[in-house]
Amino acid sequence: MKKKLLTRRSVLTAGAVAAVGGLTVAGYRSLIAPNSLRILESAEYVTLNAQRALLANQPLAREFGVADMSPTFKANGTTNPESQAYQAMVQNNFSTWRLKIDGLVTNPVNLSMADLKRLPQRTQITRHDCVEGWSAIGKWTGVPLGQLLEKAGMADNARYVVFHCADDYYEAADGSARYYESIDLFDAFHPQTILAHTMNDAPLKVAHGAPLRLRVERQLGYKHAKYLMRIEVTDKLSHLGQGKGGFWPDRGYEWYAGI
Amino acid sequence: MTETVSPAVAAPEPGSQDVVYRHKLTTRVTHWINAVCFTLLLMSGLQILNAHPALYWGEFGADGDRAFIEFFASRDGDELVGHTRVGPLTVTTTGLFGVSNGSDGDVRAIAMPSWATLPSFRDLATGRRWHFFFAWVFVINGLIYVGASLINGHLRRDLLPKRDEIKPRHILQDIWNHMRLKLPKGEEAKHYNVLQKGAYLGVTVLMLLMVLTGLTMSPGFNAVVPGLLDLFGGRQSARTIHFICAFLTVAFIVVHLAMVLLAGPINEIRSMITGRYVVPPEDKS
Repeated sequence: MKKKLLTRRSVLTAGAVAAVGGLTVAGYRSLIAPNSLRILESAEYVTLNAQRALLANQPLAREFGVADMSPTFKANGTTNPESQAYQAMVQNNFSTWRLKIDGLVTNPVNLSMADLKRLPQRTQITRHDCVEGWSAIGKWTGVPLGQLLEKAGMADNARYVVFHCADDYYEAADGSARYYESIDLFDAFHPQTILAHTMNDAPLKVAHGAPLRLRVERQLGYKHAKYLMRIEVTDKLSHLGQGKGGFWPDRGYEWYAGI
Repeated sequence: MTETVSPAVAAPEPGSQDVVYRHKLTTRVTHWINAVCFTLLLMSGLQILNAHPALYWGEFGADGDRAFIEFFASRDGDELVGHTRVGPLTVTTTGLFGVSNGSDGDVRAIAMPSWATLPSFRDLATGRRWHFFFAWVFVINGLIYVGASLINGHLRRDLLPKRDEIKPRHILQDIWNHMRLKLPKGEEAKHYNVLQKGAYLGVTVLMLLMVLTGLTMSPGFNAVVPGLLDLFGGRQSARTIHFICAFLTVAFIVVHLAMVLLAGPINEIRSMITGRYVVPPEDKS
């Protein structure tokens, strides 16, 4: 019985090769080889460019009412960073925490939580969509990222905004496990892209990324980096991690997570 | 380009078989591309479902919320037991849904079995790569099919039921014929019967719904066309409808393949490859 199923699988896979075109039928193994995976990955650029064209005038993600909120908002990924440095900040209620913005900026920023809260704020009730498939609706308050980037003054060659986090999740092949994420300026300056310190009217809990996390509505959950420590403005992503621009992108997921 | 748009042209062959040109080139090519795409989309879709095998109704839905459909495992002594729940109804589905053998033969708690997913092992990232590559091929191919069917008359001439075909008497007669496995012969076999027309139009609607509900799951696309969220009752409803449409399409394919076997697989499959179809002769009695 099992043999039969394997035969069916190879028949189906052979059909896929014909559809992609130009590939030689060499069985299932060759299809999951890096070159073939690269062909599949090309769809990400098509999707990114198609969505960017459709989103050209920067429409907002839907905002909901208080009645629409999830009774419980699932915490996912790291829920309690283990590092001593982070745990020490938890002990002092993040009084020693600072947000640094550096890289390709003219005025590097170094702000305390009190400094951040004195800036103009934005509150939004939005839906959070995990790549796994589930969704939760929560209320977020924070500082628009674009406002902070303007304050820092970006260099002309700036293209990406990288979020360095406090948590280690699981190790990549080279032993690195530090979470990070990146977005481009198109998303960084969207009005709903905020650095949130307040969730559902309370200070952000450790499980949800205390003291500060990114909200980049219109993309999937793994882009919404938690435990923000440092924001780096760059012109490339190749110098970070495995060079794919984020913890999950380094592990095979799309850098552009609008779908 | 030189294909005729007129009704099926008889092209008698030696041996006096009644051979007709049944399927146009665009219909045949798009049929097979669609078959490959749907298979890969289904298998990679089941891989994606494995990451969170619960389907909800409404805008949100996660671990703390009541699912509408879910696949899960429980432990009975040393045995893993697989379950499928739809609304209030739970059935044991060990071996298929909830608990099944992995590609290494080991029993494991997983919603969809290894043989039905792409890749066969648990890998959401690669499943998504397959899904979104072939989603583009599926959509482009589907647009070509629908566009060609509107222009070349396939929709109007072959698929839309004629006025007298939608009379209850005619439909009941056709159902009765199918129940007795009395398949059309002679002149009647030169066009689709009304159940066939309904099935082909229906599965086209299912595929359109899968594309629309798929787009409704995209947070980027939601900002472009928020109306789709209202149309399907929220992102999680759209996800549930996406799954139900895939399930119904699988049901269609099972019946479709059974009918191909009953009607004469070589003749039927050849007609979808070369276009030529041998009309089953009328009973002499």
